[in-house]
Amino acid sequence: MNVVVCAKQIPDPASPYHLDPETHFLERPADQILDDTDRYGVEMALQIAGPTEGTVTLVSMGPAGNLQGIRQALAMGADKAVVVDDPVLRGADALTTARVLAAAIRREGFDVVIAGTESTDGYTGVVPQQLAGLLGVPALTYANHLEVDGGVVRVHRQTAYGHDIVEAAPPVVVTVTAGVVEPRYPTFKGIMAAKSKPIEQLTTADLGVTPEVNQEILDVRPAPTRAAGEIIEDDGEAFRRIIEVLEQAKVI
Amino acid sequence: MRTWVFIEESLGRPEAIGFELLAKARTLDTDPAVVYLGGGSDEIIAELGAHGAATVYRIVPPEGQLPTGRAAATLASMAGTYEPELLLFGLTPTDRDVAGFLSAQLGLPVISNAVDVVVEGEDVHVINEIFGGTEIVESTFRAAPPHIVIVRPKSFTAEPAPEAKTPTVVDVPLEEAAAAALTGRHVEEHEGPKLEDAAVVVAAGRGLGSADQLQLVERLAELLGGAVGATRAIVDAGWIPYALQVGQTGKTVKPDVYIAAGLSGAMQHLVGMKDSKLIIAINKDEEAPIFGIADLGVVGDVHKVLPQLIEALESRQA
Repeated sequence: MNVVVCAKQIPDPASPYHLDPETHFLERPADQILDDTDRYGVEMALQIAGPTEGTVTLVSMGPAGNLQGIRQALAMGADKAVVVDDPVLRGADALTTARVLAAAIRREGFDVVIAGTESTDGYTGVVPQQLAGLLGVPALTYANHLEVDGGVVRVHRQTAYGHDIVEAAPPVVVTVTAGVVEPRYPTFKGIMAAKSKPIEQLTTADLGVTPEVNQEILDVRPAPTRAAGEIIEDDGEAFRRIIEVLEQAKVI
Repeated sequence: MRTWVFIEESLGRPEAIGFELLAKARTLDTDPAVVYLGGGSDEIIAELGAHGAATVYRIVPPEGQLPTGRAAATLASMAGTYEPELLLFGLTPTDRDVAGFLSAQLGLPVISNAVDVVVEGEDVHVINEIFGGTEIVESTFRAAPPHIVIVRPKSFTAEPAPEAKTPTVVDVPLEEAAAAALTGRHVEEHEGPKLEDAAVVVAAGRGLGSADQLQLVERLAELLGGAVGATRAIVDAGWIPYALQVGQTGKTVKPDVYIAAGLSGAMQHLVGMKDSKLIIAINKDEEAPIFGIADLGVVGDVHKVLPQLIEALESRQA
């Protein structure tokens, strides 16, 4: 079973994010990390491709930078990567992203495409569904459990009330939550091996995709801030202050 | 502006966000329509009318199939016939799926995570909050209608229309599309007030240390007549069901009081609770971002403060 994982390099969320004041696009340093959300997809892909000797291919769109994030996923065990980096894609909306990914994925071929439910930097949360629509396959979304049984992919689709059990035969797109599997940490051997794994870099022209500008940011402004609150150090009596505040709020 | 609201029926009831979106749609269109994915009983149709729906396009989901792709194909076909200009979806799992498929099928963009929609002439401006709600982004579509917008829960207040309507019901047959099979459904039992409706929410994070410590927040929530909430981290760790997750990919809550116990306040969490009326935070780390929005911040150990608080409340009630 050949699996494509949509993997995204993002600025480290541990550091504050900034928008470029002119373009309003997110500033992306050369050092980007693998979106933590994608580690679950990579792990799941390795687990379902492994037993069938299938290939795990990473497909990524965005500024390649030094490819550190992609190498993180290769170090986990993915076989190869395709990275679409093109200046015309700066600020691309979700549909444009899906079109680019769909073109790259068609070129690779796939049985299963795995993506996170949304990225940690942009979180539009619709790219995988757009991708499934463009590829003409079903989408098994928000999986917090996944199994392959007799060639059918079955997932527990997380819902507000619990989960639905949904399944489809490949080709299929699956989105996974962090609950789906415990991702492995790269081993030293894996990190060394990742250095020589193939990473193909493509432009939109290579894929025959002409990006469109579908939406435009008109304005970015600071949100109204909450007035600074009262901060106290617990000296063993802080609970009394909490009680007072709850009384003032008339909830007790 | 010709406005449609997509509403999914879930466990026999319209998703609550649908009524929030209808309240907004009424301000943009005197006769908004609902695209209803579900059985849609007479009572539900009347309720949609009471909230201002002039027309209900009813799509009955197929037995044994996840309806998302086919519902989107049906909507795409309807869009060609009826030419809506604005399609509002809620930020729910099914709405996201349908909006994404529809966007691909129509070749039209979707703007997600909206907290407001403003119509300026023929343009639709969408308001988003980014970076944990610290910045506001206003954007617009550069594509033909219909404009597809996914709105965060609690962005608008659900309330019946001043004058109820009797909706025209149009039954729309499902179009074909690739579909997954739906073979089972698991509904989790839940006690106490619903998280999104509770006046008090006591939310737990990884700072609680382990799943068995959740009894502290559960007891506190019980004493305050509130609901338990959770960060994504402890949901992913399997401590607590997803239904109790607050934040970007979980519930959005605006209770009178939000007590954050042992959670740092990651951006993804803050967007789901920052509009609570009163925020009380307890955390060991004085640098935790949650203190930046707390009305009362206690720098301390939840394992000390919560038991004291619980004991004090218990003795008041005794």
